[in-house]
Amino acid sequence: MIVPAYFDFDFFWSVLWPPWHSPFLAAAVLVLVMTVVAQTTGVLLGFPLALGRTSRNRLVRLPVDFYLWLFRGTPLLLQILFWYDGLSELTGNPKYLYPITRNALVAGTLALALNEAAYMTEIIRAGLQAIDPGQFDAARALGMRQRQVMLRIVIPQALRIIVPPTFNEYINMSKNTSLLSVIAVAELLDTAQAYFAVNFRYFEALSLAAVYYLAITSLLTAIQRRIEARFGERRDIPMPAMLPFWRRAIGLAGPMR
Amino acid sequence: MSAPGNGRSPMTNGEWMIECDDIYKAFDGHPVLSGVDCQIPAGKISVVMGPSGTGKSVLLRHIVGLLTPDRGDVRVAGKSVPRLNEEDLLELRRNVGMLFQDGALFSSMNLYDNVAFPLRQHTKKSESEIREIVKQRLDEVGLLGSEQKMPNELSGGMRKRAGFARALVLEPEILLFDEPDSGLDPVRTALLCDLIKEIQRKYGSTGIVISHDIKSCFNIGDHIVLLHGGKVVEQGSKEQIQQSQNPFTQQFIKGGIEGPLGME
Repeated sequence: MIVPAYFDFDFFWSVLWPPWHSPFLAAAVLVLVMTVVAQTTGVLLGFPLALGRTSRNRLVRLPVDFYLWLFRGTPLLLQILFWYDGLSELTGNPKYLYPITRNALVAGTLALALNEAAYMTEIIRAGLQAIDPGQFDAARALGMRQRQVMLRIVIPQALRIIVPPTFNEYINMSKNTSLLSVIAVAELLDTAQAYFAVNFRYFEALSLAAVYYLAITSLLTAIQRRIEARFGERRDIPMPAMLPFWRRAIGLAGPMR
Repeated sequence: MSAPGNGRSPMTNGEWMIECDDIYKAFDGHPVLSGVDCQIPAGKISVVMGPSGTGKSVLLRHIVGLLTPDRGDVRVAGKSVPRLNEEDLLELRRNVGMLFQDGALFSSMNLYDNVAFPLRQHTKKSESEIREIVKQRLDEVGLLGSEQKMPNELSGGMRKRAGFARALVLEPEILLFDEPDSGLDPVRTALLCDLIKEIQRKYGSTGIVISHDIKSCFNIGDHIVLLHGGKVVEQGSKEQIQQSQNPFTQQFIKGGIEGPLGME
């Protein structure tokens, strides 16, 4: 079949508008849900892993180091295929693994979350280690319990350092969900594929997916800006890091400190 | 000895409030304290002097149990600090006001909240009572009007004075000052020394001041402990130290070039 060289606006527009009839809108909602679930799981796993990574006990530190080495040292796409296809082949696919091995959505989200946990570990560790040790000593000297020191002094300060890069991770995650198209999760790229596989309108179908990706990342960026503004004037850190978001985003901020 | 107004029973152990017995402490195999023996009299101000890097701050941290000795014992009011359980250790720390070298203000809180923090944490005072106390303390250290400033908006000297106000806010029975005079101008140093003396007199507290400023040492110290190379070289009253024939003591208090002290 010969595809004429022009932009098929009629096809593009008929799928784009009205959006509530479009399979892309359903796919976009799925992308948002997967992003929130996978990334939030990654954040929650990252906290204990970060504490383990900074532990003085080798028996705690070594398994965490192994986890980071494994999950950061292999491609995310490989990990996705491992959880969906590799796991069932390795285990003979017992029934109790069906929720993963026969459910691409669960397997894919799990793969994204476990991979992300490794990256969040490093972000959270950096945040915790950026706290001046003098702050621990001062809090301890004022008669606070270890738990209070963590909750009232260390974590509030660390959060200011952890939140901005974590939000970047949410934005990255929304794009990484596109990798789940290889295991046929009906997300945006998979939806585009369903169109161009039939009518060979690659550019138009991919453009439709791109429109929705841009809508999602714009939404997340807007939320990020509001949260960063709320997290304050950030008067606790020196001037260079206080540059506006857009300057940091395009790399005009220069090295921090 | 008592601390009026704070409702606690006074801590006493006769003449000595703090006793250090043969304390050894090493970091990564590097000895810092190698057998420190000293006694700090109750209800007086003692000054721990000595060249930089001789473990003065490390010694202070042992007193509140932020560090535990590798060997030896620290007793506060007769109780061994390394052997205190968590609860007793917290109780001890609430009776101790500590000023850190850089003030160690909590960088997530403004000046007011930093000074109010121990009151909110350890007393049942109302916010209006707290406001009263905090304002008075800030006034004493000349920081009234800067309550809303964050620690990184303050100069080093201001941070130190704010840390001073926070250390005193619970009217503790033991006051530990890690170099209260470093980084301050001579006038402020003199004023701060005066304030330390005044508060000690008012509450009958036991104070330890770390310093290497000889003038302020002799100005505020009733009792002097001279530390060098992880050991106590000499200790005694101000007069005893001034009249000492020990060559190290003589060189240190006169700031001479000739003598046992070098650049090492």
